[in-house]
Amino acid sequence: MYNGGKIILGLVIFIGLFTFPVFYNMGKTAEAPKPSIDTPVINEMEVKQCVESKEWMKANHMQMLDEWRDSVLRDGNLEYVSKTDGKNYVMSLQNTCMRCHSNKKEFCDKCHTYANVKPYCWTCHIAPKENEI
Amino acid sequence: MSINRREFLKIAGASTLFGLTGTAAVEEILRTNADAAVLKGPNALNAKRWAMTIDVNKIRSEEEYRKITHACHSIHNVPDIGNKKDEIKWIWEEEYENSFPGLSDEFVPDHIKHKPFLLLCNHCAKPPCVRVCPTKATFKRPDGIVAMDYHRCIGCRFCMAACPFGARSFNWRDPRPFIKEENKEFPTRMKGVVEKCTFCSERLARGQKPACVEASNGALTFGDLEDPNSEVRHVLSTHYALRRKPDLGTGPSVYYVIGGGTEHA
Repeated sequence: MYNGGKIILGLVIFIGLFTFPVFYNMGKTAEAPKPSIDTPVINEMEVKQCVESKEWMKANHMQMLDEWRDSVLRDGNLEYVSKTDGKNYVMSLQNTCMRCHSNKKEFCDKCHTYANVKPYCWTCHIAPKENEI
Repeated sequence: MSINRREFLKIAGASTLFGLTGTAAVEEILRTNADAAVLKGPNALNAKRWAMTIDVNKIRSEEEYRKITHACHSIHNVPDIGNKKDEIKWIWEEEYENSFPGLSDEFVPDHIKHKPFLLLCNHCAKPPCVRVCPTKATFKRPDGIVAMDYHRCIGCRFCMAACPFGARSFNWRDPRPFIKEENKEFPTRMKGVVEKCTFCSERLARGQKPACVEASNGALTFGDLEDPNSEVRHVLSTHYALRRKPDLGTGPSVYYVIGGGTEHA
């Protein structure tokens, strides 16, 4: 092999650089985000209860919002009956969800950034002005 | 083992039947999981076919026109971009000649000729915009409203080409900077979608009449075209009213009351 030493050295450097992120992060865990529910409206609530249970919302809020959207826009519905507490909630991202969760940066964005999902809700829906109210 | 044709058809038929009902059953099982109850609002206004009448003679001053268009545009976050090319409009004014092109002639009385007519989406019975939309972003609701689902709009503008009334506007640029005062309870639109009047479907769901009707001081009425006792039917049975371009067969639901009614005589 011509220039064998150089090629092998090059390969070693290449593999080293290429796999650097793997070794660098080995054994470390990225800290899971803790979305904050510290907002004026939520702090005033006696029972801190979303439209469904926390666990259910964590797993299903995206499907639920998708269904709300179609239900409101296409079928002209307005209210959602909670399976958890049986109460009726107006199906509205801007007027229901964000009224309590007025801290989009600390609540929505934290997990979405961590999970690298980029929902495009806010190109149209108006996000709450933070540190106001 | 041989199989005759009769046997084969029997088995094929049975398995088709199983296949059909089998999948239906599976879907049904999957669905019950996500099937939460949703309701209409307790005050929701319902109709078989929503319609509007606009009494041209009852809107007199420029200020009254502005009050009506402003009521609509402010609550729906319609931007005021300030040039004709990028203009977004849900309800706007146009002269007789441009509103009723087939009916314009030289000798139309001046007070009609130069009167601004309020134009908006006609929520046609057979909406051509809905036929051409490739994504079903625009669709006809059972109550006659031609609605828009901006989530699905891909901005192809077929609907704008199809609409004979110019009722649709395209967002050539981000509308947000051009909205003077945002209504925080209603979304804006984004660059690249088509928008238009919604007959205030979001207000109807809460039991309110459309914003323009509310702001019009009785010049605009709103109701169910298929209910003989509704306000619009009352107006239409006592007044002579025009629709825009009826010969195109789209069946507009917005009526323009031109002359005085029998009540005035």
